[in-house]
Amino acid sequence: MKFGIMVSEGPYTHQASDSAYLFAQAALEKGHEIQRVFFYHDGVNNSTRMTEPPQDDRNIVTRWSKLAEEHSIDLVVCVAAAMRRGINDENLAPGFRISGLGQLVESGIQADRLMVFGD
Amino acid sequence: MSEVAGDFDDEDGSGTIKKFMFVNRKAPYGTVYALEGLEVVLITAAFDQDVSMVFMDDGVYQLVKGQNTKAIAMKNFSPTYRALDGYDIEKLYVERDSLEMRGLSESDLLVPVEVLSSAEMQVLMNDQDVVIAF
Repeated sequence: MKFGIMVSEGPYTHQASDSAYLFAQAALEKGHEIQRVFFYHDGVNNSTRMTEPPQDDRNIVTRWSKLAEEHSIDLVVCVAAAMRRGINDENLAPGFRISGLGQLVESGIQADRLMVFGD
Repeated sequence: MSEVAGDFDDEDGSGTIKKFMFVNRKAPYGTVYALEGLEVVLITAAFDQDVSMVFMDDGVYQLVKGQNTKAIAMKNFSPTYRALDGYDIEKLYVERDSLEMRGLSESDLLVPVEVLSSAEMQVLMNDQDVVIAF
């Protein structure tokens, strides 16, 4: 099955990004396709390479980057939501790109299922 | 709209129209969900999709008439709901229990809506292709 994923919450405060990541990983292991991961609301904070968690904690941002690299997954950050929160091309982590909300709508249209991970 | 929609590539070229339902569950102020949610709704309509909106739980407060945000220094975006029919977004559904539990009735709302029971809402949700909750 072809899945689209939307992440609506920021890292660490909320489990949404962890759950989305674990879902994506499990889906890929089962042979499904992840068409795109779209980051909206505070979810855009999952894309900044300025993130530096303590060493004994998971690094949510680099984990997404690595997944994107290994499986060629399109990680898209909403431009308007990102600009509000100080995320731009200067501080964007590898594997992410900034684009418009149309990318989320496209995901809804092209994927068999759009999974929303939020509050 | 204040933002770029991003390139749309309709891979199968079929001009697919899906049923998108946006479920608004939060109060209009206090969090950004209602405001940023509206942006998605408007973009989806611009992509000629079949859009409907649901208001339930504290989300019913988004549609209450006479909002005044002066004291909290935030933009009152409630006029946007009145402009929705200009984007062909006419399917607005409100859950009856959510209204009644908050002492509200249809006459307190700033746009015409269809009031549904939670059972009717369930039927409607089952019929959707994409459901996004804010």
